[in-house]
Order: sequence, then C-alpha cells, then structure tokens
Amino acid sequence: MADLIAERPLVTVSRSAAPPVIEIEKLSLVFDTGDAPVNALADVDLTVAKGEFVSLIGPSGCGKTTLLRVMADLERASSGRVRINGMSPEAARLERAYGYVFQAPALYPWRNVISNVTLPLEIMGRPKAERLERARAVLDLVNLRAFERKFPWQLSGGMQQRVSIARALSFDPALLFMDEPFGALDEIIRDHLNEELRQLWQRTQKTVIFVTHSIPEAVFLSTRIVVMSPRPGRIIDVIESGLPAERTLDIRESAGFAEIAHRVRAGLKAGHSYDDP
Amino acid sequence: MTTPERGFLREKALPVATVLLALLVLWYGGAVWLNAQPLIDRYAREGRPWRMSELFADAMSMERPILPAPHQVLGELDRTVLEVAPTSRRSLVYHGWVTLSSALLGFGVGALLGIALAIGIVHVRTLERSLMPWIIASQTVPILAIAPMIIVVLGSVGFVGLLPKGIISAYLCFFPVTIGMAKGLTSPEPIHLDLVRTYNASAFQVFCKLRWPSALAFLFASLKVAVALAVVGAIVGELPTGAQAGLGARLLSGSYYGQTVQIWAALIVAAVLAALSVAAVGVAQRFTVARMGGRL
Repeated sequence: MADLIAERPLVTVSRSAAPPVIEIEKLSLVFDTGDAPVNALADVDLTVAKGEFVSLIGPSGCGKTTLLRVMADLERASSGRVRINGMSPEAARLERAYGYVFQAPALYPWRNVISNVTLPLEIMGRPKAERLERARAVLDLVNLRAFERKFPWQLSGGMQQRVSIARALSFDPALLFMDEPFGALDEIIRDHLNEELRQLWQRTQKTVIFVTHSIPEAVFLSTRIVVMSPRPGRIIDVIESGLPAERTLDIRESAGFAEIAHRVRAGLKAGHSYDDP
Repeated sequence: MTTPERGFLREKALPVATVLLALLVLWYGGAVWLNAQPLIDRYAREGRPWRMSELFADAMSMERPILPAPHQVLGELDRTVLEVAPTSRRSLVYHGWVTLSSALLGFGVGALLGIALAIGIVHVRTLERSLMPWIIASQTVPILAIAPMIIVVLGSVGFVGLLPKGIISAYLCFFPVTIGMAKGLTSPEPIHLDLVRTYNASAFQVFCKLRWPSALAFLFASLKVAVALAVVGAIVGELPTGAQAGLGARLLSGSYYGQTVQIWAALIVAAVLAALSVAAVGVAQRFTVARMGGRL
C-alpha cells in the first residue's frame, strides 16, 4: 500500500543537487502584543536533510510550535532566512510541499472518516476515483480502513488523530510537520502510535519535523533531537541519536536510550526554563 | 423500561396538555370576568334580576364579547375553516393562504438577501464597516411605520398585492439571517482554517468546504426566527391598505365591526401558520443534520 503512494507523487519538488529540505538561518520572530513585544524565537539556526526525523523538544513557551508554524508559513518570521526545499515557506505551502498534523485532530465534524481524508485531494482537484483509492491506501496505513464510514464523534481520540495523520499522508508529501500530535492521548495509546509512526517513517522515508514535550517520545522517534528553551525561544542543544534504525519500544530500557534521554533532560535543565519567574 | 410511546407521552404530550389546560381555565375565567360588566349593566338597564349561572352562560355566548370564550372561537374556526370551501372569501384557509404565500415569498427573498449580505460582510471588511450600521438601523424603524410607505410607494409604480407584502416580510426576515450567518461564517476554529491554508485552498474552496458547513447550525436557527417574522410581516403588510384578502384584512374588518370572535379566529390561524412554518424549517434542519453525520 505504501508503494502505491510512493509511485505517483502528487507534489513534485524541484531538487537541484539535493539541497537540505529545511534551512533556517538567524531566524527571529517577535510577536507584537499590546504591552510588550514577545521574543518568540531568537537567532534560530537549523538544517534538516532529506529523510531525517527531527524532534523539537522544550517546555511550553519555548517557541517549538511557533518554529514549526514558521516553516509551514502559518507564521511569518521577523527576520532571518527560512528555506523549505530551497523555496520560501510561502512558495512551499503554495506547492503543497508538506503535510501538517495539528495538536488536535482538526477533523471536520460533518465529514465522515474517508471524506476527511480526501479533503486535501478534493482541494487539489484530484479525480474522485483517485481520491478514494489514495484515501483507502492511507487508511490502511493507519489501520482504520474499517472505519471509513464513521463520523469523527464516533471515534476515540487516538483514532481521530490517526485519521488526521492519514489525511496529512493522503497527498503523499515528502515532508511532514507534526505538532504534538499525541500530546492529548493517554500513555498506552501514545506508545502504540509512536511505534506505528516510527514504522511508517521507515517505510516511507519521509522527512519529519516533530514537536513534543515528551522526552521518551522524542528519543524513541528521532534521528536528531533539537532541545529548545524559552524567553527568548532558542535552540540550546542538538543531539544526534546513535540508536539503531530498527527500534521497538523495548529500546527504551537500553542504556543508550537512557544516555540520550539524560542528555535531553540536562539540556532542558540548562535552559533553566522552570526557574524563570 | 419505558416504551418510546410512553416516553413521548410523559416528555412531550403531558407537559403540553397541562399548559393547554391551564390556558383554557385562565381563558374561560378571563372571558367571564371581562364580559361581566357590560352584561350586568344590561341587566340593570332592563331592570331584571339575574343569577350567577345566568351571567356565566351569557358571558360565554355574547355576539360581540370583549374576550370571546374558547368554544366560541373554535366554533368560528369550524365555520370558517371546515364548513366553507377553501376558495370562498369567507374561508380562513383562503385568507391564510393569501398571507402565507406572501410570507413565503418574503422569506425566500429575505433569506437569500440575508445570506448574500453575510457573505459580503464576512469577506470584504469595508462592507462590514459600511453596511452593518445601516443593517442595524433598518431594524430600529418600527415596521408599522414603514409598511404603509412601502405599500404606497410600490402601489404608485404599479406593484400591488403579493409583492409589496412580500417585501415587507423580506425586510423583517433578512436581519436575523444576516446576523446569524455573519456569525456562522466566521465560526470555524483557527485550526480548521490553518488546515485548509496548508492545502493552499482558494477563498472559494474555504467557503464551500469549511465556512458554509460550519454556518449551517447558525443558518437554521436564524431561519426559524426569520420565517416567523415573515408571517408577521405579511399580516402587517395587509393592515394599512385595506386589503381585501389575507389574515391582516380579516383582523382589520373584524375590528371595524367589533367582531372579536373573528379577530381571535384569524389570530389563531396566524399563530398556527407561523408555528407550522417554524416546524417546517425544523424538519429541513433535521434532514440536513442527519446527512451531516448527526452532529452540527
């Protein structure tokens, strides 16, 4: 099923000499609030190569979601340079270069599962037969094929979030932005979905930028972990994961896992984000 | 275990019947109380003694009572709805239809106008600034003051009958629809708007696939208000012209000749028409909600 998706990409990305998928240099973003301007992001540099799984981790208010939204052209940077596939974020958005999974499932309540998944394909003007074929293929990927006629309110929170992942995959973007997609789910479902996502990433070789505030989640999923700190939002550490590519949840018991998790925790502490007034 | 029938009896029929009974008791009491004084005066003029039971019986069978008793109104309804042909000028079905047809015309025009205005207001900021004050001001003018003007102005250019009354209905109707839809079309959550933004959806696609479906709950709520107002508008439109037909004309002729029973019968038909129209919108709403997954 994954092959079917890979064979016919909807989004063709001009790739001259394979530039990095994401290049960010000296990015700053200041929100003008009524009283005092808020430095949401300051001096952020980040480069992500094709096929990486990069997690942005940090406490609330460290700008990790804002950074993701800047990459997705849902927020404008105040200064600095952002390139997605060598283009501006806006050009990338107009080319539909990425899929975005939000914190909440954001399903349209008046559409059933399959027509929620076909929504991006409708907007992109794909013929109906192709829409259904692709939607069924991605629903298979997230094991929800049997629920295609259900409406969102008939599904559990975890299932709804899987539908939203299927929706982001439906048009087969090479790049996925995921903003704490499992943040609202309980531990058991979260573990399960982490495993599914990890397998999905291995099969499809997509580039994933994943925002989370869970250390085990970040370490388990990522090839690289970006640790952020608030006021102003900035990157304080970038950790390469030396863990093997083949991972099951058992890897969380290993010494290597603990070591990386420890370094992430140390980084978060060094940002002394919790001591701030 | 209660069967659905018993549930219906308990939850719907019983409360409604209780209120109806209370209203009937109040109504009969009111009829005797309000009609007693003229009767007592008459007994005094005729110089004859009277008993309480006589007063009760007379109070409920006057030809021109101040407040007719319910059975008198029912009798009038029986004579004017059931016993005459619906095409007769004496039939309240005929008059009701005259009123309803212009109310429905006005409702259709008003609802479309209301939706169009809301779409404009939501998409063009200058329209909100320039139109909204006028839209609100339009509803501060009493409809009783403006209705004769509309009838006279349109009559002078040759429009009589259905159309002027429909326009008065539309004048009342468009307002709740505009307000409701302006709210409904801006009701999508930011996350739902962000989603279609990531797909590079056009404004038209955002409207069709997100704003319009989000607004439907608001639309039906405001259509229910609007359709009841449409009936009021049509009746008001029939008052100042000396119209020959319609419930408004019945009300007016009833009050000319002191035929309170006729007025009350026309009032009840008007209320039934309004209630049926609101119920029809409710049915359309249920049908739509069912098609949209049962939750709006």
